[in-house]
Amino acid sequence: MADLSLSNVRKAFGALNVLHGIDLKIEDGEFVVFVGPSGCGKSTLLRAIAGLEDISGGDIRIGGEIVNHVPPAERQIAMVFQSYALYPHMDVYTNMAFGLKFAKIPKDEIDRRVRKAASILKLDAVLDRKPGALSGGQRQRVAIGRAIVRQPKAFLFDEPLSNLDAALRVNTRIEIAKLHRELGATMIYVTHDQVEAMTLADKIVVLNAGRIEQVGTPLDLYHAPANLFVAGFIGSPAMNLMEARVSAVADGNMKLSVGEQHISLPYSGAPVAPGATVTVGIRPEHWIPGDGPSVKIEGTVDLVEHLGETSIVYLRLADGQMITVRYPGDIFCTAGDRFVADAPAAAVHLFDAAGQAMLGRRSGPAYGILGQEFRAR
Amino acid sequence: MMAETAPQSNWVKRIEPWLLLAPMLIVLATVTAWPLARTAYLSFMHASLDDGDLPRFIGFGNYLALMKDGDWWHAVRNTAFFAVISVTLETLAGVAIALLIDSQIKGRGALRAVMLIPWAIPTVVSAQMWQWMLHDQYGVVNALLIKLGFISHGIAWTAGAGTAMAAIIAVDVWQTTPFMVLLILAGLQIIPRDLYEAAKVDGAPGWAQFFYITLPLLWPTLAVAILFRLLDAVRMFDLAYVLSSKSRETATISIYARQQLVDFQDVGYGSAVAMLVFLMISLVAAIYIQITKIRLISE
Ligand SMILES: Nc1ncnc2c1ncn2[C@@H]1O[C@H](COP(=O)(O)OP(=O)(O)O)[C@@H](O)[C@H]1O
Ligand SMILES: [Mg+2]
Repeated sequence: MADLSLSNVRKAFGALNVLHGIDLKIEDGEFVVFVGPSGCGKSTLLRAIAGLEDISGGDIRIGGEIVNHVPPAERQIAMVFQSYALYPHMDVYTNMAFGLKFAKIPKDEIDRRVRKAASILKLDAVLDRKPGALSGGQRQRVAIGRAIVRQPKAFLFDEPLSNLDAALRVNTRIEIAKLHRELGATMIYVTHDQVEAMTLADKIVVLNAGRIEQVGTPLDLYHAPANLFVAGFIGSPAMNLMEARVSAVADGNMKLSVGEQHISLPYSGAPVAPGATVTVGIRPEHWIPGDGPSVKIEGTVDLVEHLGETSIVYLRLADGQMITVRYPGDIFCTAGDRFVADAPAAAVHLFDAAGQAMLGRRSGPAYGILGQEFRAR
Repeated sequence: MMAETAPQSNWVKRIEPWLLLAPMLIVLATVTAWPLARTAYLSFMHASLDDGDLPRFIGFGNYLALMKDGDWWHAVRNTAFFAVISVTLETLAGVAIALLIDSQIKGRGALRAVMLIPWAIPTVVSAQMWQWMLHDQYGVVNALLIKLGFISHGIAWTAGAGTAMAAIIAVDVWQTTPFMVLLILAGLQIIPRDLYEAAKVDGAPGWAQFFYITLPLLWPTLAVAILFRLLDAVRMFDLAYVLSSKSRETATISIYARQQLVDFQDVGYGSAVAMLVFLMISLVAAIYIQITKIRLISE
């Protein structure tokens, strides 16, 4: 086990710059998830850490030691590939034992480790089968088993669940979380699925176009996105982002116009010139009327979806912007109705023209207030 | 309506595949089945173009004579020697060159193009070319070796007792290795790259990656490639004919069959030889497929 640090890590494929200077620190035993849209460089970064890809600049340290030119096997990491990359001609036992053979580990120790991993992963019954004769979930577990037996300093996972069906994905996700708790090992996990990121991570690293947008705990990112990209990426359905114009800032309050409508927010940040364009962000699930200061937006119902535990209302504002409102339980309205969406001011996010957060929100309190209010209802 | 059309469409369905296969079946029957049957028939006859007699049935007479024919057994030994040595060398060279081209080294595109040249030249042409290159007085090979001081006077490579077969094998290896490389390259390229990455993470050194991953996964392709080459080598005719046609030292079973049929005009005896060549090739293929358990047709 060891901590891991990246400083100014760059990667270019010929003229194509894929990673533009990544700085990141990963603590010993931490579960870190790299999340971001497809093609943003997640796999490249993971492969750079594994040593499968030479970096074009910067340093990678494992346990304080620079490993830029250390071959993969000597970095003492284990990798679970998206395709699993199981050796198709070897049985499950041999697949798991393969790496240990070259580490000069005695036969009985290899046997002990393989059988232990197999029992953790419920693979005892299929040890003599070839990968071709296994289900998708079993193959996935063999790939994890092959990593476990090496007792690595860090586990690297590249979208390990993407080839499983939905039900199995949830199960395996829970298994991986358990495994992390039991082994206490550093894990780095790549996914484009923000639900996986939110459920598994101690720390999420949001990547976009080869740059880190934000690093934080899942709730940090949810409650206090540092910029528009993170705000729009984390959370499902995605946060409502409305274009607004600042009309005045006075007495700790900011007055804004969204289309023809006027709203007002408590504001104590840096001075803002009237007339500036900003983006107002409110999560669909935060449109819950409360007692404190609130933001009201009026629109026409475009469509209502009844999901049972929630209802989703799609509102069209007078200026054509669309808003999604997610209500707990049933809601009684139909397309064409006038609808006033109402959210506590504490749940509102504000981003400047450059897309950076303006309110300096902290994780937690906003959600706490909302949660309690919701329970009191 | 339905009741009327159903039986008819059933009948059409049954006849359709045969209609589609018919052209190929007819071609096969005329160019393969008929000559084979004809050869089998003649192999049981005494039939010679020399003596003007009418062919007469002599049962296994030709075959019995063949079993006691020293030249025939010599040709069998030559063929076996040629096939085993040349296919082995071609396989080793094929794997080595294919690995080189498949790796990421610079200039592999040029290598791939150059490598194909020997294969693109018709055998008779390349055999004649080598015949000249190996010529004892005017050949470039002797000239080079003399200049380099390895030998003092030209060697008649294709006529010498020990060197004729070696020369034939060398030319065959030179000419057909590209074919092996192509097949092996195709086999290498279907091995998923991430297996090698997994092996790297697993700490398997290069040699282990080759023996534990490349070779087992390449085997199905390699086995078929070797079979193709083996069957080709067992019925080899052109190289030996051009390079040293009259020599007993290098006569293969195909050369021997031609000698009986054309030079000695002994159609019956020659047909028996041809039948044995056919049986030996079938036997080699059958044994090989049994041993390697390759599947030529996937289910
Ligand atoms: N070997 C390579 N050669 C050239 N470009 C590559 C290579 N690997 C990845 N890329 C490019 O790098 C970018 C990031 O790829 P990747 O890290 O696989 O993205 P992600 O895993 O986030 O979907 C993509 O634009 C991809 O086309
Ligand atoms: Mg990827």
